[in-house]
Amino acid sequence: MLAIDVKDLRKQFKVQKNRAGLSGAFKDLLKRQYTEVTAVKDISFQIPQGEICGYIGENGAGKSTTIKMLTGILVPTSGELKVNGYVPHLDREKFVKEIGVVFGQRSQLWWDIGVIESFNLLRKVYSVPQNDFNRRLDNLVERLQLGDLLNRPVRKLSLGQRMRCELVASLLHNPSIVFLDEPTIGLDIVVKTEIRDFLLEMNAQEGTTILLTTHDLQDIEALCSRVIMLDDGSIIYDGGLEELKTTWSKGREIQFQFAEPMSLDKLRQLTQSLGLTWNIENEYTAKLFVPHEVNFSEAMGLVVGSASIRDIKIFESNTDDIVRGIYQTGSAQLEEKEKELVRS
Amino acid sequence: MISAYIDFIRMRFLMMLAYRVNYYSGIVIYAINIGAYYFLWKAIYGSQDTMAGFTIAQMTTYLAVSWMARAFYFNNLDRDIANEIRDGSVAIQMIRPYNYLLVKLMQGFGEGLFRFMLFMIPGLAIVCLIFPVDLPKDPIVWLTYLAMLVFSFLINSQINILTGLFAFFVENNEGLMRMKRVMVDFFSGVMIPIAFFPGWLEAIAKWLPFQAITYLPSSLFTGRTPMSEAGSIFLIQLVWLLVLLIPIIFMWRAARTRLFVQGG
Repeated sequence: MLAIDVKDLRKQFKVQKNRAGLSGAFKDLLKRQYTEVTAVKDISFQIPQGEICGYIGENGAGKSTTIKMLTGILVPTSGELKVNGYVPHLDREKFVKEIGVVFGQRSQLWWDIGVIESFNLLRKVYSVPQNDFNRRLDNLVERLQLGDLLNRPVRKLSLGQRMRCELVASLLHNPSIVFLDEPTIGLDIVVKTEIRDFLLEMNAQEGTTILLTTHDLQDIEALCSRVIMLDDGSIIYDGGLEELKTTWSKGREIQFQFAEPMSLDKLRQLTQSLGLTWNIENEYTAKLFVPHEVNFSEAMGLVVGSASIRDIKIFESNTDDIVRGIYQTGSAQLEEKEKELVRS
Repeated sequence: MISAYIDFIRMRFLMMLAYRVNYYSGIVIYAINIGAYYFLWKAIYGSQDTMAGFTIAQMTTYLAVSWMARAFYFNNLDRDIANEIRDGSVAIQMIRPYNYLLVKLMQGFGEGLFRFMLFMIPGLAIVCLIFPVDLPKDPIVWLTYLAMLVFSFLINSQINILTGLFAFFVENNEGLMRMKRVMVDFFSGVMIPIAFFPGWLEAIAKWLPFQAITYLPSSLFTGRTPMSEAGSIFLIQLVWLLVLLIPIIFMWRAARTRLFVQGG
């Protein structure tokens, strides 16, 4: 069964235009002008149950807007939307009982009261039976190590402590789908790792579907088997993370450590027939960039055959570089790239 | 689920209790207000026995009980709702399986309960010591009045909710909230009993919901309106309670499609 089924989903906002100057202000007073902004442009995707899917894109790409439509907060302008078999904004009160949501930038705990009191109130709000609640809470408290935090008021927690509590709060009613909107924002590496491990474990044990937006690509690498990439309201990539890397990375870099000093000219000569680029790091080490089009063994053969080498390291382009590349080139060049892919 | 709503009352009550010291000064301010109006009316009455059907004793009681009723039913639901809409935290409310407006009403009720027990009752006791307030002896009048106060609270909260929801439609509804506050105080008869309004204004006031908040219950409590008319006062309150539900439901529905969460 599909956990999330989205078809031609669109969200438009009317944004008030403020004209400049005093005369502009008077004109605004008499007749407002609006600009229509399309935050999400007819996107379609499907997520099966039990999948962890990363949802990435630049700031303002429409990630949060999508999440807010999927969770029933916003009403879509057009398109079809089914989550867990519900249309979120229509069956909101029933629908939200089966989902968990964490907004990294907003707290859903009550600021003034103790953490445990927030949890108890949530138990009543979601009508969780006391036994189930106790069992789940004990389990979550143990796995996320909250023990001594439970009696503190939320406002006295550190960000990392709070985020772990937010996570527990979103899971107390045993949701089958969890939406995480930047859950690791501003957290240190230890807490990030803890949260990632916890999410993986939960997914493996309980088959919870997770949709996660983040700017930290390590989150994606650690968790997601699938990535949906959004740019300016449209999906520009939907598929596996490995494929994303192979599709978008231009090649790999090989670092050679030579037994004797090498000059740039000498190195260039070695690979002249392939026209590859070299980067000298110091007398003994240099980096060779091998694009995917070039036969890897041929390139290696040219170098290895005519220089004495102490060590070789191969660098795959990392996801950060790839994604940065995609963000910067934008969607225009994407079409060319896709055409290229189709041809090859 | 119902226990969750009750918990919202309890939590707000406890929160108010934590800030109770703020309300001690409230009692003093209300007492000063009542005093100012008392001396003003005394001067206006001069040697006259009754004006617009109020004796000076009834007028004093009217002032004391109206202001103290205001101490109970007053709340900041409009500001709460407007703030949550403006800072986007209303989004969090929408992912919960409850009715947001009902939760707000429950929080208002928790505040009301606090205000009733720690503001209105002690305030009324203090005011009765200072001014010649003439409280009714008949317990039936007291009970009827208390029941009417519940309606006062509900109608006032409905008006507040309605005002707060305007934040969905305009960028800043601060002005609207201020206007509403003055309107409620004026047309509910807290400042001047509606019977003193000129004919045309009185006619307008009779077609507005505000009279049901203070003027009608206080008139009954002071004895200006006889107990035999209690039924029709309840009816007016009930009708306004139901009528006000319509724009609230309508606005809430419209707001759902307008909702646009600020700050991403």
